[in-house]
Order: sequence, then structure tokens, then C-alpha cells
Amino acid sequence: MAENLGWAGGPRRRAAGSGAGQRIGAPLVKGEPVLEVRGLSVDFGVEKEWIPAAIGLDYEVRAGEVLAIVGESGSGKSASSMALLGLLPSNSRVSGSVRLAGQELLGRDQSRVRQARGKDVAVIFQEPMTALNPVYTIGNQIVETVRLHNEVSPDEAKERALRMLELVELPDPGKAFRSYPHQLSGGQRQRAMIAQSLSCDPKLLIADEPTTALDVTVQAEILDLMRHLKDKLNSAVILITHDMGVVADLADRIAVMRRGVIVETGTAEQVFAAPRHEYTQALLAAVPHLGQGSEADADVDITAALASVTGVELEAVDADELAARERENESALAAIKAAQGRQGTPVLELRDVAIEYPRQGRVPAFRAVEGASLTVYPGQVVGLVGESGSGKTTIGRAAVGLLDVAEGSLKLVGTEISGLRRNSRELHALRRSVGMVFQDPSSSLNPRLPIGESIGEPMHLAGVAKGAALQQRVETLLDQVELPRSYRNRYPHELSGGQKQRVGIARALALEPKLMVADEPTSALDVSVQAKVLELFQGLQRELGFACLFVTHDLAVVDVLADHICVMQHGRIVEQGLRDAILRNPQEPYTQRLLAAVPLPDPQKQRERRELRELLAASGIE
Amino acid sequence: MIRYIVRRLLQVIPVFLGTTLLVYFMVFALPGDPIAALFGDRQPPQSVIDALRAQYNLDQPFIVQYGIFLKNLFTLNLGVDFTQQPIAATLARIFPVTAMLAVEALAIQAIFGVAFGLVAGLRRGKLFDSTVLVASLVVIAVPTFVLGFVFQLVFGVYLGWAKPTVGAQAGWGDLLLPAVVLGLVSFAYVLRLTRASVTENMNADYVRTATAKGLSRPRVVLAHILRNSMIPVVTYLGANLGGLMGGAIVTEGIFNVPGVGNKLYQATLRGEGPTIVAIVSILVLVFVLANLLVDLLYAWLDPRIRYEA
Repeated sequence: MAENLGWAGGPRRRAAGSGAGQRIGAPLVKGEPVLEVRGLSVDFGVEKEWIPAAIGLDYEVRAGEVLAIVGESGSGKSASSMALLGLLPSNSRVSGSVRLAGQELLGRDQSRVRQARGKDVAVIFQEPMTALNPVYTIGNQIVETVRLHNEVSPDEAKERALRMLELVELPDPGKAFRSYPHQLSGGQRQRAMIAQSLSCDPKLLIADEPTTALDVTVQAEILDLMRHLKDKLNSAVILITHDMGVVADLADRIAVMRRGVIVETGTAEQVFAAPRHEYTQALLAAVPHLGQGSEADADVDITAALASVTGVELEAVDADELAARERENESALAAIKAAQGRQGTPVLELRDVAIEYPRQGRVPAFRAVEGASLTVYPGQVVGLVGESGSGKTTIGRAAVGLLDVAEGSLKLVGTEISGLRRNSRELHALRRSVGMVFQDPSSSLNPRLPIGESIGEPMHLAGVAKGAALQQRVETLLDQVELPRSYRNRYPHELSGGQKQRVGIARALALEPKLMVADEPTSALDVSVQAKVLELFQGLQRELGFACLFVTHDLAVVDVLADHICVMQHGRIVEQGLRDAILRNPQEPYTQRLLAAVPLPDPQKQRERRELRELLAASGIE
Repeated sequence: MIRYIVRRLLQVIPVFLGTTLLVYFMVFALPGDPIAALFGDRQPPQSVIDALRAQYNLDQPFIVQYGIFLKNLFTLNLGVDFTQQPIAATLARIFPVTAMLAVEALAIQAIFGVAFGLVAGLRRGKLFDSTVLVASLVVIAVPTFVLGFVFQLVFGVYLGWAKPTVGAQAGWGDLLLPAVVLGLVSFAYVLRLTRASVTENMNADYVRTATAKGLSRPRVVLAHILRNSMIPVVTYLGANLGGLMGGAIVTEGIFNVPGVGNKLYQATLRGEGPTIVAIVSILVLVFVLANLLVDLLYAWLDPRIRYEA
């Protein structure tokens, strides 16, 4: 099984003699330890003080095994892994022992680490756009790596690079070779990054959040790719992530980190089935997973639903069991069919709307949305789901009159706004009935305004409250989003990400809007923080009864919040309906593919899901 | 790409017409009679004045004068100046001198500015960095004429390392001292620009990737950090080339360099319209071409910028 991807048979002149830089010679045997970490500590010097980022870590990774290091931001999972290769900034201090195939990497002799880099240990970074040098072609960068570690001619190195690009399933390796990073899509860039990392047959692969920046369907493909490569090469893999679904899909063993300490380790099955540490339990509970909707008894078995709709049979599940699960799903679907007809004047109504980004100089106008129709009734939460470039954010912006409607009709609280000029008085008046929450809480709050003023500004501008009344209203809003009143004199940089997003919500609620447009409000937050913000949002929505258009790429989040779901692809709404109808009985192939791509935070269920997804892909659904 | 270059070159036409018209207007339509100034206090016979006026077309309406100027320009007949010297010969004498001075000054700025800026950027906050920053601030703060006279006195007169003044036959070596003075101020800016750019890029993700690939530190610095940091620096240097070719009136004056700046200054004092307009016409071309060169270099350095025609 230890088939080597490269030219393992070829002579390696450089590695032959020297002791320190000697490469692990024989092909890896599955189960043998590749990396042993003992007492690894990392500190960062901040203002003449050492702040610990990782404290006394012990773990090992074996050949052919994936160790997932899981934790939220600030847990030290990235810092400790970058320390293995000495990739930390100069204000850091590392101690402990890191042995790669028996050889110590830490210590005075930096040349060992340098020789291990790229050759024995390769890294896949989180953001492939910034992790690849923008001024060199993909081919150039891979050839640079190949020629650094192997004495080969430029032609051989090029051939090798092309083979790697083919191996990572890029559609046109020759074209990718000649492309600059910005000419590829996010998924293609990550494949190119992986091709570069694997170009020298590394014994250990460190993948730092390898799919965080990608869409779910692309994420699923990249995870498949990494699994296949690992099986072929028998490499050891350290997977650093915060996403429990990704962990369930790929990991053999798990180490959970919190505040620089490993709080729990175990096999994937152990940790998911019976988490021992309370932090692990809390982390797993905070993960919003698809099918676990708002009402406790309305759990949706997505795997069964998809199997039923598409008529496939799964090896991982007993046929009778699957049939039973499908029947359960159908009866639940029948029960909800009867329910819920909405009434009242819609707060937002789109009829065959097309939205264009106007032409700029030589760049022609771009039609981002075509023929979109959707309705949001008072008190309803409509989830608008799609992958990047699907046009979901464009609809959100047009709904508040920030983009012009090119065709069709868009009614906001019963008033037609498609004909209104962008800065007209009528539109300004109408905007008071809409609140907007933005994706990045850090950049959507003015850094030079105390948060109390940010929250009070809409009311001040609309002239609804002044002086003491305004202050009182700001305090009420802070109470509603569960922030201490004393926070109103603080500046945004003094708040955490979750707290900032609470401020964003308070500001959106300031004018008691009839409609809230929320554009990916939780995608920048850690899972446990996201869970709390979503809970707060849900509570407020129930209490204040505003309608909401919730724009997101995360199906699991919509599932928690939305009554009604619209699925977008390539600028069109391909399917919409009640939450349960979409989840239990998805009709469009795209919706099915999207649902199947969401990883489940449970290794067993994820195995079923993966098989289903492969079957769907095999049946030619695009 | 070719279409882009052609389009940019075509843009030269309106720019050229506009600037020459403007300069022509400012030189000839302003009050004061250049012919009368030519004779100082003496009063020449009216017939002589009329003949000179006719020779320089000063008796024609302004727009006709400009038309004649353009016609002469395209037939490469630049005429003579007020001392009856052919202007073409003057241009052929002064431009090579200034070009040599500009190239030397530019080389000094580019080589030393980038090298010092790179080291300072990599060692941010260390002694070298602070020293260089303070020194560059001093250079920026001291006016060129002070710097010029100090250098002339110290290196030219006291130490005798170079000739204090250049004079008629200017060679590469003679021009070194004025080139250092001319290059110093922009050197400080290039240094600071490079330093800022390097500081920003050295913590970029792709630099970490390059290190993780196993590249040696020099290779990471030169191929990944420096290459990506050169984009703003090249823009600045290119824009500077146009300025340097325009001649440095102060520096050329101090060191008596027989270049464009010196000539332009003298011609302006004497109100020699034909000479001024001829020099400026060439400078317009130099500026436009230097800008085009910068834009092309820009696209070469940063592939994310592509010019569609």
C-alpha cells in the first residue's frame, strides 16, 4: 500500500551521506510513530512579558494516521504546530522536545529544522490566496520546491509539478501550471497548495485549517482528496481545525486544546461518542449541525431524506434500517405539510428581480441575480443560502436599497423601491424600517466611536430620540443584547468578536425595524460564541417579532433559525420552501449536493453521509 | 499588451499639443518684449526690431505663431535662438549631460535606497534601522542648495576628491558629486518606501510558506520579500526619472553643469521663447514615456495587474 508518489527509487545524492540532514530512508510503515512531541511549550513576548500560547504539550502522530488538534481561536493549536518547524515570529520562545523519526528538531542547531522543512514535513496553510506568492505562477512555485529538495533538471521538475497538479485533480494541470494564484478559484488554489506540499513526499503533513476559507461542496472534495493522498502515501497528518464536522470526516485521533493545554485526547470514536472533559462536551454541544432544528422533536435525518429522494442504497447502513428511517422522515414531512400559512402584508417582496453591477470602465456590467422571487412575511425568518458567488449577498444589499434593481419589482414594507433613486428621500425614510447586521463585526463598527454612540447614531439621525431619552434607549438595547450597560463608553477594539457582533445587532435593532437583514453575522465567530449569538438572536426575534432575511453559506445555521429556506446557485433561486420541506425532501440536485456536502460531527454518521455523497456524485449530479 | 502600448502612445498626441500650447501661451503672450530686452538700454533702429520680429514671427497673431511652431517642429526645423545659435545644436549639447546626471542619480537612489531600506526593514527597531531612519530624515529636511554647497566645499574644495565645478566637458566622473547631491533626497524617500514595503511583506503568509518549503533565508528575502516589495518603489523611481531629466536647476547651477536645468534657467531669464518651448516639448515626451515604462514595469512586477486594450 506504500506506493510512492514520486521517484522514491531515484538516487538522492544529497541525502546519502550527511548525518544531520539524513532523510528517513525506508517507506513509512503504517502505525509507526513519525512525530513525537514532549513537553512542547510556546510563549510570545508581548510588552516585555512572556504570554504562554501552549503549555507542556505531549502527543505523537503515527504513519498513515490523522491527528486532529481541535480548539477555538486563541487555544494555541496553530502556534504550537507552527513551532514544530520554527515558523513562529521572532518574538516567540519554544521549549520542549520534538522528534521527527527519532531526530530532535528543536534546539540550537537550526539547520536540521531547515532541512526537514518542505521535504520531510510539509504545511498546508489556511488561506491559499495569501499563502501562495501572488507574483509567481503556480508552476514556478512548485518547481522551486521540487528543485530545492531534489537534484533534478528543470524539465524533470516541471514534469513532476505537472504530475502533482494532476494528482490533486485540477481540471487542466497545464493551464494551472501557467496560472498565477489570483487566476484560480479558492478551491483550485487550495489544490495547488496541496500539490506543492506533497511534491516531495513528506512524511508528515501539517494542515492548518485547510478548508475553512472554502465553500462546503469544495470543502468536501478537498477532504476526500486529503484522505486519498494520506492512504496512498502513508504519511502522518496533523489536522488543525475548529470545525467538528471536518474532524469527524478525516480524523483518526483527536486532541482537544483549550487555552494552551490539551484537555482531552482519544480516538475519534471515543471523543465524539463519550467526551470526558466538560470543554469537549460544551464544544460538541455548540456545533450547530444540520437536521437538529429549532424544535427538539423535529430532528431531521438528512441522510435518510437524501437516500429516499434520490433512491440510492448505502453499504454503510442496513437496507431495512434505512427504509425505516426514510418512512419516519416521510411521516414527519406529511405532518408539517398541513401547517403554517402566513398572512399579513409582506415586509419584503421580490418579483422576478434582476440585479446588475453597473459597468465600470472596460469591465462590462455583471448580472449577479436573475429572476429572483421571494417573500418575507412579518415575523418570519427566511434563510438565503448559497455558496460564494451565488448572489445571496447581492439580494441582501438590494433589499435595503444599496443596489439598484435592474428588472422586476422589489417591495419593501409595501412600497415599491425598484424605481426609486439611490439617494432619494423616500428611500432614506424606508430604510428606517430595516436594520442590517454585517459579516465582519470588527470592520462594521467605527473604531473611533464608543459603542454607545454607534448604537445611538441611527436614532439620532432619524430624530426619534434625544438626550436622556436616547441614553435610556441605548441602555435598553444593551440589556437586550445582554451586554453590561457600562460597556457603552468602550471602544470596539476593547470588545471580543462575539461582543462586537452583539453591538452590531443592538445597532440594527435601534429603530425597531420591521425587517432585519443579516449578512453572514456569525461566520467570523468561534463555534461556541456563534452558538450564543444565534441563541440571543433567536430570543430577540421571538420577543420583538421582526422579520428577518438571514444570508449565510452555512446550512446548519439556517437550519437552526429559519422558517423558510431559499437556496441560491449562480444568481438564481433554485429551490425554496419551508425549512422541513427543503431538508426532508430536497428536489433540486444542487440542494441535494449542498446538503450531502455538510459534514456531520459524528464519525459514524459522517461515513454514511460520505458514501451517499459519492453515490450522488457518481450518478452524474452536477 | 501591444494594443495597450499603442493606445498609450496615441494618448501622447493630445498631451503633447495641450502642454506645448500652454507653455507657448505663457512664454509669448505674457507682458514684456523679449526683443527690447535683447538690446538692454540701447535703442536699436525700428527696422532692426521689425526684422527680428518677423524672423521670430512675433508680428503674427498668437495662434498663427503656435501653428508655425508646430509646423517647424514636425519638419525638424527648430530654428535659432535670440543669439542666432541653432536650437537643435543646443539641445544636442545639453540633453546628454542631463541624461548622464539623471542616470547616475537614479542609480545611486535605486541601489543604495533599496539596499538600506531592505536591511532596515528586516531589522526593524534595531540600531541600524533607527540610525538610518534618523539620517534619512536629516537628508530630507536639509534643503538641496545647502547640501550642494556643503558637498562642494567639503569634497570639492577641502578634500579635493572631485572637481568643485563641472564646466563644459562633462564626463561620468565629473558628474558624480552633483549626482550624489541630486540623488540624496530621493534616496531617503526610496529607503523609507522600501523599508515600509519590506516590513509589510515580511510577515505575509506567502513568506511563511516560502520558509516552510525549506528555502534558505537569502532566497526567501530576495525572491519572495524583496521582489514583492519592489512594486511601489519602482513606481516612485519611474516618476522620479522624468523629474531628473527635467534638470535640477539648483544643483546644476551650484556645480555649473551645462545641462537642461541650467539652460532652461538662462532662457527663462532672457525670455527666449523658442528655446524654452523646444526644451519643454522634449521633456513632455520624456515624462510620458517614463510613465508608460513605469506602468509596463508595474504589470511585469505584479501579474495581478493586466492592461486590457
